[in-house]
Amino acid sequence: MDEKPLYDGSFTITGGNFDNAGKVSSNIKTILKQIGLSKNVVRKAALVAYESEINIVSYARKGMIRLRVVPECIMIEAIDEGQGIPDIELAMQPGWSTANQRIREMGFGAGMGLCNIKSFSDIFNISSEVGKGTHLKMIIKTNCESLNS
Amino acid sequence: MTLHEIKELLEAEVLIGEEQLDMEVKTAFVADLMSDVLAFATAGSLLITGLTNPQVVRTADVLDIAAILMGRGKRPSQETFELAEELNIPILTTKYILFEIAGRLYLKGVRGCIEKAGSK
Repeated sequence: MDEKPLYDGSFTITGGNFDNAGKVSSNIKTILKQIGLSKNVVRKAALVAYESEINIVSYARKGMIRLRVVPECIMIEAIDEGQGIPDIELAMQPGWSTANQRIREMGFGAGMGLCNIKSFSDIFNISSEVGKGTHLKMIIKTNCESLNS
Repeated sequence: MTLHEIKELLEAEVLIGEEQLDMEVKTAFVADLMSDVLAFATAGSLLITGLTNPQVVRTADVLDIAAILMGRGKRPSQETFELAEELNIPILTTKYILFEIAGRLYLKGVRGCIEKAGSK
């Protein structure tokens, strides 16, 4: 993976900015489509980015999503400065949530976010430090033949 | 069914996408929880919901949902409307409750995008 990436960029996200929640993921989806990746791969990556973005908006002070694309895979990292997750195993359980009313009104906060991110990623990695923040790393494998180039 | 047929069947009002009414949908998903939509809904499906905020449109966009049908007389907020316009995602609204919408569409041959959780 020493070759020049097809895309490498970061997007900042402000915590609590519910009005724009999802905008970064829309951008990411557009970028991936333009690269010429298959619909299914773009959809998986957009979904993973979207749940990550919703998490940052909902629980962190601020954060960013880094997108890196090479022919073999899409790498998405979601890094935030926030409260962190005290018990990752518990947070990964479907249905476990600390969401407030605002988050639930948006149609989220039912404790599905991290499960969804994990199930739509080929490789998923999470680390978190209480009081500092959370770092998610996801890899979605592409189907190289689906590239236009 | 085409969106036009769905509009007629459910006495729905087309708020966005009048020019896309020839589009055909074969599958649908009903939910007010967007995380469940993200987990289960498939591309090209009709999203039937009672939620009206912009996240419905964002979710539809992420998943390549064909169109959004709001039930129980719900209408999109201004932000939701503008976002759907920008992303060119049709929105229909009907006074029927979600159970009635699902039942009527099922009778006409529309099916759930999956039958059971875990059967994807």
